[in-house]
Amino acid sequence: MTSKAPPIIDVDIAVIGGGIVGCAVARRMTLEGASVVLVEKSADILAGASKGNSAILHTGFDAPNDSLEHECIQNGYNEYLEIHESLNLPLLKTGALLVAWTESEEEQFSKILKKAQHNKVNDLQLLSKKELLQREPNLANSARAAIEVPREYVIDPWSAPLAYLSQAVVNGCQTTFSTEVTGGDFDGERWTLQTNTLDNKKGIIKAKHVINSAGLYGDILDQDVLGESEFTIKPRKGEFVVFDKPAHALVKNIILPIPTEITKGVVIFPTIFGNLAVGPTADEQEGRSDASVDQKNLEMLYDLAIEKVPALKNVRVNATYAGIRPATEKSEYRVRHLNEKNWITLGGIRSTGLTASLGIAQHVQKLFAEQGITFNRLSTPLAHPVPNIAEHLPRDWQKSGYEEIVCHCELATKREIIAALNSTLPAGNLSGLKRRTRVTMGRCQGFYCSARLDELTEDKFVDSISVGNTDE
Amino acid sequence: MNKHSENNNTDSCDVAIIGAGPTGLSAAITLKEAGLHNIIVIEREAEAGGVPRHCGHPPFGFKEYKKILTGPQYAKKNIERALKLGIKIQCKTTVTKLGENGELSLATPEGLKTLNAKKVLIATGTRETPRSAQFVTGDRALGICNTGALQAMVYLKGKIPFKRPVIVGTEIVSFSALLTCRKAGIKPVAMIEENDKPSVRWPIHYSHYLFASKLLLGNKINKVIGDKRVNAVEVINKNGDISTLECDGILFTGKFTPESSLVQMSHLTIDENFSPTVNALGQCSDPSYYAAGNLIQLSNEEGRNNIFYAKGNAPQAVNVSGLCWEHGRDIANNILKSL
Ligand SMILES: Cc1cc2nc3c(=O)[nH]c(=O)nc-3n(C[C@H](O)[C@H](O)[C@H](O)COP(=O)(O)OP(=O)(O)OC[C@H]3O[C@@H](n4cnc5c(N)ncnc54)[C@H](O)[C@@H]3O)c2cc1C
Ligand SMILES: Cc1cc2nc3c(=O)[nH]c(=O)nc-3n(C[C@H](O)[C@H](O)[C@H](O)COP(=O)(O)OP(=O)(O)OC[C@H]3O[C@@H](n4cnc5c(N)ncnc54)[C@H](O)[C@@H]3O)c2cc1C
Repeated sequence: MTSKAPPIIDVDIAVIGGGIVGCAVARRMTLEGASVVLVEKSADILAGASKGNSAILHTGFDAPNDSLEHECIQNGYNEYLEIHESLNLPLLKTGALLVAWTESEEEQFSKILKKAQHNKVNDLQLLSKKELLQREPNLANSARAAIEVPREYVIDPWSAPLAYLSQAVVNGCQTTFSTEVTGGDFDGERWTLQTNTLDNKKGIIKAKHVINSAGLYGDILDQDVLGESEFTIKPRKGEFVVFDKPAHALVKNIILPIPTEITKGVVIFPTIFGNLAVGPTADEQEGRSDASVDQKNLEMLYDLAIEKVPALKNVRVNATYAGIRPATEKSEYRVRHLNEKNWITLGGIRSTGLTASLGIAQHVQKLFAEQGITFNRLSTPLAHPVPNIAEHLPRDWQKSGYEEIVCHCELATKREIIAALNSTLPAGNLSGLKRRTRVTMGRCQGFYCSARLDELTEDKFVDSISVGNTDE
Repeated sequence: MNKHSENNNTDSCDVAIIGAGPTGLSAAITLKEAGLHNIIVIEREAEAGGVPRHCGHPPFGFKEYKKILTGPQYAKKNIERALKLGIKIQCKTTVTKLGENGELSLATPEGLKTLNAKKVLIATGTRETPRSAQFVTGDRALGICNTGALQAMVYLKGKIPFKRPVIVGTEIVSFSALLTCRKAGIKPVAMIEENDKPSVRWPIHYSHYLFASKLLLGNKINKVIGDKRVNAVEVINKNGDISTLECDGILFTGKFTPESSLVQMSHLTIDENFSPTVNALGQCSDPSYYAAGNLIQLSNEEGRNNIFYAKGNAPQAVNVSGLCWEHGRDIANNILKSL
């Protein structure tokens, strides 16, 4: 698809980057009454760090005490609970269990409880081995005890940001895809951003304020436009293995490991789509877009899942994926407001951004307000429900008139696919269509449906499944 | 799953057959010819016929029709035979749940339905294992698929997913993939096989000469390379030597696994091959259910497939259609006796 960028856009706020954070910020500031444009270099949202994560809505019980991250997680968590029904976003109330498998892990419990208390998450509970195995009878018998975190939940990591930006758009936010910001000038009042579009049309975007939510490229954007960056992105990959739907019944809670100094560790978690997944790993790498997978890591995850939940050996694997955390040389969020330059950088939103994004957006609004910058808040903003693709809620195939089930494994219908191609934020590439409909994301990975899907998406995307016609 | 349904539509029948592939159609024909009328074949695709529908190459149907047919010709003959007998084949209908005592939940474009069958035959077939479940290292780029997807694209839609793929595996189906490539104007770069010998004795052993592509034995994929679309694969041999093959796709062939998640999510039990557990009559752990065809690992010991496979090399759960046809018929006869 060619870029829809008009040659000149002139707005209050330009949000650069359509990851989770950019989508949430665009929504917040649009609802506050600002004119906003979201600029994304890819053909669709969620091209970077936000492509793959664990989809956990965190309470913040284990967040760094008194940090901005903690504040944003808790505000984000609360706002999600407030708005999810009006946007038709799902919530799987799983709860989490921090399971100790060794004596020394059990010794960490008091520290964890203390930290949670300080973070005002007061409903944690100790479970004895017996209580733990009553709740999760499929856990290996080597489990010793657990801390229950009742309000850790699972959400849909792709529909949430889609819903945030869709709501922004129906309330007036502009978007421009396949548009990369490459530089900019500030005249004391207003930014003029230089962009590169797919078709090499150089567009111009003017904005009073700019928000850098370029995620994995946040440091580069600061350098390109401001000439310096406060931090350097150290991409940290996390790989996952997804088990087929029969696994979903085996584990009810999010099974967390006891965190170490270095990492939160490998989690076994139910997904909103009716699977069970294990991951992530944590490996630093050079590449910012290298979301490849590695056999050794996948085997390690698989073995670990089976060690902790032995019955998983009777369930086949559907898929593997990887996400890249925009980590920096420090563990905290790298947020800075260059007041004299009307520039806000939301950098290093490393491993909690799905939850925190709505809270980060509130923080942005606060930064503006502190400088006396306010807009005319929309009195009756439109809600914009997105289609449900969560397994535990009504799906499209359960309503008549869907014409045809295209993807049999995920029961994705033709009606759903057509809708996703024509929605407020239409899918910009195949990955975007998968994230909106689940098509080909199931156990057969396209064995049955890719020919039909290719036909339904003909001429829609720059990169298609087929590369040409047969000779005959 | 169906608690939000608009379901107010319940039907009943003597035998419901899930899947209108060779197995399901053979069973339906057997039942009908024996005088059982209240039967229904349920098929989730828009057209009946099963996998042969998109295998535009021979050999199919020798056992059944004493002729060597292509897959689509064979599928057409099966369907015509069933329709002539007045068998009801209900397409675009997906069984979404196997309930106790033969209660089936169906999704149709007209709405959700329940079908109560005295006996159910599950004949949902088998599929290949995708790249993901094989934990192959590297980029997750476009241009990677199984033979099933390739054939559906080529034979049903006239499209190709790549022009110069690397083919992984040397089962019978890999040969079928070579034929399909040739027909579509696709030129495989190489065929690779982890073992020192190809899985099949013939025709693979010679066919790569025919198709002028390299056969690399004792090699496996070390890494998939490609940003949006595959542009190379690294292969590694037993000595650890790595070489790079430029290509624009990868075809993962074979490693069949039963299409049985529906069974696994039901009250029925499964065996270590992920097939429903069945007794000698083909009956599942709930006696209302039977299973047949490619969903079940038909015995290799009897030598049925051994014309193709070198000793001890036969992969799991792949049966030629003639065998499935016979199996469908046999199990249908067992069902008849039980009614
Ligand atoms: C393995 C893993 C597990 C995680 N688990 C969880 C979890 O369970 N719960 C949770 O809350 N969080 C989790 N997270 C964290 C969360 O996914 C991230 O914090 C979040 O995705 C960061 O989003 P972002 O918008 O900052 O960055 P990104 O998603 O990287 O977005 C930046 C966007 O900007 C675009 N862009 C970059 N440069 C430019 C430019 N110059 N011009 C235009 N556009 C540009 C990019 O294409 C991209 O789309 C996890 C993350 C990972 C990797
Ligand atoms: C690439 C390839 C090449 C082959 N080449 C040859 C060959 O040259 N010669 C040969 O003899 N054999 C060949 N075979 C094998 C042959 O196709 C099979 O033996 C035969 O199709 C098995 O028949 P079946 O009825 O058991 O399964 P299938 O043909 O797989 O039929 C199963 C049917 O069940 C339907 N179904 C599944 N789940 C549901 C559900 N929940 N609800 C409703 N319907 C459902 C499916 O849509 C499908 O139509 C080949 C197979 C493949 C994959």
